[in-house]
Amino acid sequence: MYVYDEHDRLILAERVAQFRDQTDRALAGELSEDEFLPLRLQNGLYVQRFAPMLRICVPYGMMRSGQLRRLARITRDYDKGYAHFTTRQNVQLNWPALEDVPDILAELAEVEMHANQTSGNCIRNTTTDQFSGVQVDEVVDPRPYCEIIRQWSTFHPEFAFLPRKFKIAVNASEHTDRAAIQVHDIGLQVVKNDAGDLGFRVHVGGGLGRTPMVGPVIREFLPEHDLLTYLEAVVRVYNRYGRRDNKYKARIKILVKALSPEGFAEKVEAEWAHLKGSPTKLTAEAIERVQAYFTEPAYETVADQSDALAKLRFENKAFDNWVGRNVDSHKKAGYAIVTLTMKATGTPPGDVSDRQLEQIADLADQFSFGEIRVTHQQNVVLADVRQDQLFELWQAIIPMGFATPNLNTLTDIICCPGGDYCALANAKSIPVAESIQRRFDNLDFLYDLGNIDLNISGCMNACGHHHVGNIGVLGVDKKGEEFYQVSLGGSSQHDATIGKILGPSFAQEDMPDVIEKIVDVYVKNRNDEEEFIDTYRRIGIDPFKERVYA
Amino acid sequence: MPDIISKDGSINADNWTVVARPAPGDSLDLPEGPVLIPMDLWIAGQEHFSGRTDVGVWLESHDEPEALDGLVNELPVIAVNFPKFSDGRGYSIGRLLRERFGYQNELRAIGDVLLDQLQFMKRCGFDAYALREDKDASKAAACLNFFSNSYQAATDTDVPLFRRRAS
Repeated sequence: MYVYDEHDRLILAERVAQFRDQTDRALAGELSEDEFLPLRLQNGLYVQRFAPMLRICVPYGMMRSGQLRRLARITRDYDKGYAHFTTRQNVQLNWPALEDVPDILAELAEVEMHANQTSGNCIRNTTTDQFSGVQVDEVVDPRPYCEIIRQWSTFHPEFAFLPRKFKIAVNASEHTDRAAIQVHDIGLQVVKNDAGDLGFRVHVGGGLGRTPMVGPVIREFLPEHDLLTYLEAVVRVYNRYGRRDNKYKARIKILVKALSPEGFAEKVEAEWAHLKGSPTKLTAEAIERVQAYFTEPAYETVADQSDALAKLRFENKAFDNWVGRNVDSHKKAGYAIVTLTMKATGTPPGDVSDRQLEQIADLADQFSFGEIRVTHQQNVVLADVRQDQLFELWQAIIPMGFATPNLNTLTDIICCPGGDYCALANAKSIPVAESIQRRFDNLDFLYDLGNIDLNISGCMNACGHHHVGNIGVLGVDKKGEEFYQVSLGGSSQHDATIGKILGPSFAQEDMPDVIEKIVDVYVKNRNDEEEFIDTYRRIGIDPFKERVYA
Repeated sequence: MPDIISKDGSINADNWTVVARPAPGDSLDLPEGPVLIPMDLWIAGQEHFSGRTDVGVWLESHDEPEALDGLVNELPVIAVNFPKFSDGRGYSIGRLLRERFGYQNELRAIGDVLLDQLQFMKRCGFDAYALREDKDASKAAACLNFFSNSYQAATDTDVPLFRRRAS
């Protein structure tokens, strides 16, 4: 993965000094609350329900074992000994003290980490597929582009005060979209044109929140070298013309809708005509320099272990379940991709203790070249595990709580921190997730149900991505009481769709029953191997409505 | 007389007056001394104002700098108003005036101008800053210079870091 050079280190060191000065001035009363707000937000610092919350950036989800160990130490020294993996592949601390934050940032900087632009109305962490670089079906590894975008967007002087936050995601797989690019402000799909040149299909104006939208394509093919000049044109048009009078209408999706995708694209093209030949146009050398950091690790020459694995799986049902669910195929013979699930029933999705962070670091060192990836589903990936070490790894992670074999099943729930932690939330989300996990504790039944995305958000801000869950749950507040609205049919894949609301909302205690009825309608109506989303698309929402509200 | 901060952080006395837009029907009254008037009024009275070294313009953050294409260097000072420090449109206006329309003279930030935004203004082509009066001008130099390097090209440098790394 990317390693800082002297330029990156200098810029980060200067940033740490700057934020220390800003915090000092805020504590001394020289900056009003209002003036300090965007400064601390652009350093990932929220003031939450019980304490400040610090969101630490994990660029496109990648970390080294040393960084995990440092995070563990920070959670012990400055927090309550645990951290939370977010749906933007970042890490949050829930209890740091404001006056400690400059020291925390200094400690992070020592391991090339920071909290830059993890919040605020600026360009946020660029995200991508957690299987980048190791999966079979990708056009090219997207991570170098993410790093190039990270550098371009870091402290961009023109775009520090956009109308609203701005999120970019990149995907390079032809068949899957684990980065959910079509619900981002800008979604970039890596493609090759007929001439074999690399480039991007550009989606703009997708998003969740109050007005969920799938981002339309505004350019079918953007040559690779034009990436940054084009992004600059898009963001400049947004900065100038995006609405600033109403925070709920300030995202770029509203501008794209108002101008129409064609009208917006024309404005971008006109702006880009001035920029495309500028020195910001990428050079082959610049791309190659970054690509050189994302080369293959020192793989050993080993054969696929199909027979040996088949034997182990036959002999051990639990191992078989785990391999079937949590292990994915790797582009390299003899290797596999392992997802460590952070979704054991009874623990808030994405929460990890300091000890667990260190355990993950040890596992990375022992089994996967010292690197991990955080997923937007709040799990952790070991991307390069030798197949002949899978059994040993599995045995090691069972007592750690990372082997729950439920990846992509109904109980692999995406869930925001909700009303237990977040000041914005209308309702709790974690207890709902837990009650559903408890109801569906039979693995055979879960596997029979196959892939189902269940996403829960505690409010309209949609951090739990409920709109694109096959089943989405949204916490709503009705006269001071918490209720839950259910939507069906959402997807964040290449066929991205916003879910449809089923009907009136439900009380918290009814949620497991409601989910059970929905699942029941699916089971009764599915054909053969049909997945939940496909059955839903075939039969529509009415059969579900009839059953749930009967 | 209020102070104006230059991009090197020095603090100088300033005698430019920002003239507010007259109410509809009222005429534009110019006070003594050099003045900054609303951009569209300068354009409307171009034959009268052009070439005068004591009349410049100011833009609101929603104004389109495109209106000054071809005229910029007839102006001794262009000011851009930041109605609220969190309104970032002025940064794009600054870059367009400098990089697209080739403006050479003083580009001034006015309005809700605070210390922590000076670095961005400088990179986007502003070289004079009318710091809000309650802010400590002696800290401007430090705030303008927190960073000695940057990743991207802007008005201050057209060479992004990736091109400097390569050489």
